This record gives sequence, C-alpha cells and structure tokens, in this order.
Amino acid sequence: MAKDGLNTEFRLVGTRPNRPDGLDKVTGRARYGADFSLPGMLHGAVLRSPHAHAKILKIDTSKAEALDGVKAVVTRADFPEGLEGEDWNLQENTMAGDKVLYDGHAVAAVAATSKLLAEEAVRLIEVEYEVLPHVIDVDDAIKPDAPVIREGASDASVPEGMPPNVVRYMEFGRGDLEAGFAAADLVRENTYKTEATHQGYIEPHACVGQMGSDAKGEMWVCTQGQWFIRKMCCAVLGLEASQLRVTPSEIGGGFGGKTTIFMEPLSLALSRKANGRPVKIVMSRSEVLRATGPTASGSMDVKIGMKKDGTLTAARAEFRMQGGAFPGAPVDMALYCGFAPYKLDAVEHVGYDVLANRPKCAAYRAPGSPMGAFAVESLIDEMCRELGLDPVEVRMKNAVREGDQSSYGPKFGSIGLVEVLEAVKGHSNLAEPLGPNQGRGVASGYWFNHNGETSVSMSIAADGTVQVSVGTPDIGGSRASLSLMVAEHLGIPYEDVRVNVVETGSLGENEPTHGSRATFASGKAAILSTDQAIKEMCRRAANEWGIDPEAVEWADGAAQPAGPNAGKFPPMSIKEIAGKMGETGGPISGHHESLPEGVGASFGAHVVDVEVDPETGLTKILRYLVVQDAGRAIHPSYVEGQYQGGAVQGIGWALNEEYIYGEDGRLQNPIFLDYRIPVASDLPMIDTVIVEVPNPGHPYGVRGVGETGITPPLPAIASAIHQATGARLRHLPMTPQKVRAAMKAQDS
Amino acid sequence: MSKHHVTTTVNGDAVEFLADPRETLLDCLRDHVGLTGTKEGCGTGDCGACSVELDGTLVCSCLVLGVEANGKTVNTIEGMASGDALHPLQRKFIEHAALQCGFCTPGILVAAKALLDKNPDPTEEEVRYWLAGNLCRCTGYDKIIRAVMDAAAELREAA
Ligand code: FES
Ligand code: FES
Repeated sequence: MAKDGLNTEFRLVGTRPNRPDGLDKVTGRARYGADFSLPGMLHGAVLRSPHAHAKILKIDTSKAEALDGVKAVVTRADFPEGLEGEDWNLQENTMAGDKVLYDGHAVAAVAATSKLLAEEAVRLIEVEYEVLPHVIDVDDAIKPDAPVIREGASDASVPEGMPPNVVRYMEFGRGDLEAGFAAADLVRENTYKTEATHQGYIEPHACVGQMGSDAKGEMWVCTQGQWFIRKMCCAVLGLEASQLRVTPSEIGGGFGGKTTIFMEPLSLALSRKANGRPVKIVMSRSEVLRATGPTASGSMDVKIGMKKDGTLTAARAEFRMQGGAFPGAPVDMALYCGFAPYKLDAVEHVGYDVLANRPKCAAYRAPGSPMGAFAVESLIDEMCRELGLDPVEVRMKNAVREGDQSSYGPKFGSIGLVEVLEAVKGHSNLAEPLGPNQGRGVASGYWFNHNGETSVSMSIAADGTVQVSVGTPDIGGSRASLSLMVAEHLGIPYEDVRVNVVETGSLGENEPTHGSRATFASGKAAILSTDQAIKEMCRRAANEWGIDPEAVEWADGAAQPAGPNAGKFPPMSIKEIAGKMGETGGPISGHHESLPEGVGASFGAHVVDVEVDPETGLTKILRYLVVQDAGRAIHPSYVEGQYQGGAVQGIGWALNEEYIYGEDGRLQNPIFLDYRIPVASDLPMIDTVIVEVPNPGHPYGVRGVGETGITPPLPAIASAIHQATGARLRHLPMTPQKVRAAMKAQDS
Repeated sequence: MSKHHVTTTVNGDAVEFLADPRETLLDCLRDHVGLTGTKEGCGTGDCGACSVELDGTLVCSCLVLGVEANGKTVNTIEGMASGDALHPLQRKFIEHAALQCGFCTPGILVAAKALLDKNPDPTEEEVRYWLAGNLCRCTGYDKIIRAVMDAAAELREAA
C-alpha cells in the first residue's frame, strides 16, 4: 500500500493547489506554437514525397518562384554539405537529398505572404522521381532480397555478413543460459509483433523562425527542449549555436515526439532567403502523422524457463525493430526494460536496429519499454496460465529488490516493485467477479527515469516573492510541482513562487523535458539554487545582527538565530530581507547546474478487466487500475494524470492504433479519423494508486512518473483478452477483426 | 481569389473581417479576428479542438467556412467567462486538474458547456458520448469527466 503519512511531514508537498498556468489555459489565453505571430511574417508550406522510396531526378521550382507573393523557396541545395553521423541524419530527414526515403519526406519548402499562397506555390513545384522498390515491415527489411535503403549506414557494431538494412546490432547478458533452461520445468518461446504508433499530441508542430544574412536568428516553437532545437537547427544549417535564440511556447503535448527537429530548420532557411522576414510553419495533422514522430515497430522472440512454483530460471530476448529510414529504433531500451522487473541469473539479449521506408522514429513515452513488455509480459502470463499460477504471485516471487543486479547490468538502488505488487494484491478491483466473455490481465512495467543536463536559476524580488527560471518546458503541470517544492523549501506560500520556462539565452544548456526528468532534475536543481539564496539571506541577517553567519539558520520563511548561543533576535522574514537587499549587498539569487545524480527508477503494475463481444471481437475496457511508485507525489493530481494518460495511450496502442501502409508504401491513415486514438466513450475511469517509496537521490524523494504508465497496458490487455476468449493475440493492435479471427481459429 | 467582407458578432462584439472563400471559420477567428484560443488539432473535424458555438449550435469551426459566419453569432472560449468570473466548468477544470497540456481544453470546455446548456444533469455515460468527438491525448479523460460532472452539479445547485 501507499506509505500513508508521508505527506503530513510537509506543509505543501503532497497537496493539490491550482496550477499556476490554469487560468490562461481555461480562458484560451495560453500561447501555443501556432498562436505566435510577428510583424512582416511570412507563411511556409512544405512539399512532401508521395513515394516511399525514390530517386529525385530533378526539382523545378521556377513556377513557384514566379508566383506573386512567394518570397523564398528552399531545397536541399540550400543546406550545407559534409555533415556526418546524427547531424547528417537530421539534415536528411529535414529535407531529402538524392532520394526520398518515406512517404511524407520533405522535398522543398516555400515562404509566401499567406498560407494559402504558400500551399498554392508548393503545388507548382515539379519533381521528377525514379521510383525505387521499398520495404515497410521490419522482418521484410532484413530478408536477403530487401531493397537497400542506404549503403554504408551500418555502424561498427554490426558483424560482417548481416543484411544491409541492419544498422546497429547488440548482444549482452550473463549467466549460463543452457543450464538455466535445463533447470526449468517449462520452457516456452514465442514471437510477438507491435506496430508503429504515433505520440498523437493534439497540437501539431508549429514554429516561427527568423534569420538574417548575418546568421543571427530567433525561433518561437512548441518543443520539449529549446536547447535541442537550437543545437539541431544549427547543426543542420551550419550555424553557430549561440547566435540562435529559441523561445519555447506553451506545448500542446509531446510525449517524446517534440524532442527533435522536423520543419523548424526550414523556417530559418526560408527566412534567411527572404531577407530575414520571419516565417511561420504550422504542420497539418497529416503532415504530423506522415512525417513526424512515430514509434518503432517490433518483431520480438522471447524464450523463458520457469519452474513449477513460478521461479524464473533463464530468459532470452531477440528483438528486431525498425525506426524508419534512419538508425535509432529504441531496441536497446526495449531489451533493457523487458526483463527489468525480474531477478534472473541467466539472461541473454540480442537486438537489431533496422532501416525501413518510414519516417524517422522519435521518442514516445518510455521508448522501447512497451514493446519489450508486450513480448516478455505476455509470455510470462501464458506460462502462468499453463502452470496454473497466479500472475501477481509469480511477479512477486521473481521481483527485483534493492541491491539486486538488473537484467541489463547495473545494480538497483532503492526501488518499489514489491510495494507496487503488494498494492495490486490489496486492491478491490481484483476481488470484482468476472462474468462471461470477461477477462483480467496483469502486467508490470519499468522505466529508468533520467537526469540530463540541467541548469536552473532563481531570484528573490524586492517584495520577497520568488521567481524560478527553468529550461524544461511544462507539459503536464511541472510548474505547479516546482513551485510547491521551492515554496516548501523556503517556507513561503505556494502563490509567492513563479516558475518560468525560459529561452535559450537565459540559462546554460538544458536537455528537454524527457525521460520523466523535469520534476526530478529541474526540481533538484531548483532546490539547490534555493539553498544558495537561503545561505545569502542568512548572511545578510547575520550581518545586521552582528553575529557569525554560521549562527543563523533558515526556518519558516525567515532567518533565525540557530539556538540560544547565537543571541536573541526576532526572526527576519524573507520579505524583510528582500525589502532592504538594495542596501545590504544587492540582488539575492541562486543558480545550479549539473547532471543531477540520484535518479530513481520507477516500476508500475496494471490490472485490466475487459469484456470481448463474441460477435464482433470488440474489446471493451471495464475496469482499469494503475499502481506505480512515484517516489514522492509532489502534486498528486498531476501524478494521477500521468498514470491515467499513460495507461490510455497504452490502451490505444494495444487495441486500435497502428500505422497502416498500402502496397505502394504510402501511409493509409494519416488523419485522426483513421488513426483512431482512444476517445472518452471508449473508456471507464482509470483507477490509480500512488505508491511512495522515496528516492533517496532527491530532496523530496521524487522519481519521475511520466513514462512507466504506457508500458503495462499492451500485455495486460492481451492477457485479459486471452482469459475472456481463450485466444492469445501476439500481434498488436488487437482490433476487433483480429480478435474475432483468433476466436474463430480456435473454434475450428 | 477575391476576398469577402464578413460581418459577425463574436462573443458579443460586432466584428468585421475580409475572408478568402477558402478560409475556414477557424482560420478567420485565429488569423483575422485575433482570437487564438480556439485550436486546430486536425482540420478535418476529428478532434474537436476547434469547437465553437455558431448561432447557438456546437460546431467544429474547421468544418465551417469563414464566409458562412456572415450575419451570425459566434461564441468562443474567450467569451466563456463573464469578466473576472470564470464559468463553473472553467473553475472545475482547474480544480480537478482536468488538463495537462491544455491544448484540448478550450474545445472541451465549449463542447461541455453546450451539453450542460441542454442537459443539466447528464450521466457519466452521456458526458463520455457527448465528448467523444473531443480528443485529449494527455489525461485519459478521467479528470475531465469528473470536472464536467462536478460543474453540472454546482450549476444545478445554483439554478
Ligand atoms: S481542428 Fe476542427 S475538429 Fe480538429
Ligand atoms: S490536456 Fe493535452 S490534449 Fe488534453
């Protein structure tokens, strides 16, 4: 169960105040990417490839350029040459070079005085293609006769003789696998497949870029990471990073998909060609689906040995993933996370990162982990059923604890998997009786959490209120949790703290809000910054009192003599100290930058009850429970929100969502009508239990809560469908058609 | 293409603008009237982020042409609060943490208000089906549904 009583130690941490940006967001005032405009601004549009794979023979932009109101046209010829590695990948993905590599790949871009004109101009660009054979599926892409997407794309990890579309290879593990499988009472091996999905943020990518012939520029953009945008745009365009200033807008969801660049460099390239007039580019939904985001798709073999009592004896995973036409499928993460909840002495992992004619994959919530979990957790469940074992008990029996070596190597610090599983066992949802055509599934999930480069400043205003500048955009309420922590630490009201997400000119480099790091890393850095200001305030009080600064401590929002020997002085409040800081030595502020240490991993477990319509194969979610270790919930409502949102994204991945390609290699479902994400009427309430096993590496025990929740739904729902129908689905999504077919197959 | 002169009432104010006949009401509100609270998530009528009321009817403003608003009354998210006083739905959304990124929020608030204007005492299922055309990718809808139900209860008490 949640460790009750933890919250009472705090005045503010663990409470649920209104978020500071709430008013702007319910009144329509909050400014998102597309809401920003500048005087003299032009509008951009992008021409995209209709082919999955083709040579570009010729691009004729003359008709577009001749159109009245068109101010600039760019193609790859406007980009610098000679880039290498990931910089080249990013440039190639921003704008195609010799070949287009996927349906939707950018080929040219136009800036004009209106969006309609820019779109008209794009249609006037003539491109001559030589269509090449393409490959979409990961298993097809490693067949000997598969079209080669890019010669020489493989890195040094790939052994001689592998198919050319394998660009990264990995194997790692430990222990005696053979002996482990020999010691098992049951050994099973199966293959599982997941399809590519999209992060599906409702806000399409949008930016305004401005750049003069002096190569100095500015950008306003919806992003999870303004410094990543700066670094990547500059790499792709051959600019100096410090000359580009990037300001993040409010962000309408990202889930990992807004940690990289897509059309942002195009706005700068167009602006430079249009004499420095700012250029706004807003993607359409179909551009978002065709050319940004998606996850990798996976084809995964898993083999597990289990004793009759449920003890795991050995495990092996071989995962193949395609992440589009560029290296970077999160096959490593999938392998690290797959067996992470289990104590294993013999384990082997093999991974292939494979190219296919699809858009370059981007991070999506716990990248890789959901696929790995689908394969591993599904097989564990199948084996539990075969041996008549309780799936929660088996997970408990094999659960990793503090000090255990993880399946992928490092030793675990303080973790809360056992506490999570105990909370699952005690939850009332497990006691709900199941009716006909109903089933229950359980699965665990894991995410490392992340620190990352972090730089935070805070300063005290003359009225004693506090501003905090962070570099991690607020996607799900992090300004509220950061304000709570700083106010708690200073002993002042929550409302007296304002947290601002600032532009790249204001702080040292920050990694994006990704890996569930904002509340952990920016939070820790904000507290360490605050410590500096507290020290300075104590020094100012000591000066005034004429005592040693060491004899002053900070408590309840005021400097106080530290014990009777320090002398008798009334507390000097933050307001008092701030009010005279002009005379006592000037501004009081604090700053901290580091790669904050002490990341705490997060385990979760979900329980889902479904009912499957035997006629249609439609799966309805009846009940859903998320249990996850938060370390500490700073603002519990937004922790619950992360759990619920993650679970529902996982439900979509499990049941409906997939990239569907035609024979021609074109994406068949590039609108929300056909790429169907869960809607309100698909779902019940999502029950949550916040387990709190504090992370000793964070002043308030924070772990990070965003990622893990998307992982367990995929296997949990597959297992629930199995119980409801007797059919095991090993290929996502489990659409009504597939479920019906699987049910029919077992009838016959 | 030559532009059309459109005269409308938006959130109670008389408004005029010039619209290209290809522009949607959503484009016109955002680009010509300067009301960017209404959002575009899809442009195809599938996400509800662009929800507004047109002569009292809930519509996706991305599926209405700007010129169609001529002589009509449009209500957007910017007109939902009366002065300083938030509509109970707006207040409950903040209190229940019914938004994360907040991008879907204007459309959902406008749609939910249209529901409560019609049906002051909806069941959870009615709220879920009414809002089925409003996509939210962040919240899993749980807190949104609770906020709408709670706002409905408060409005009933006040009535
Ligand atoms: S933008 Fe109109 S429904 Fe999505
Ligand atoms: S709160 Fe982000 S889409 Fe709903």
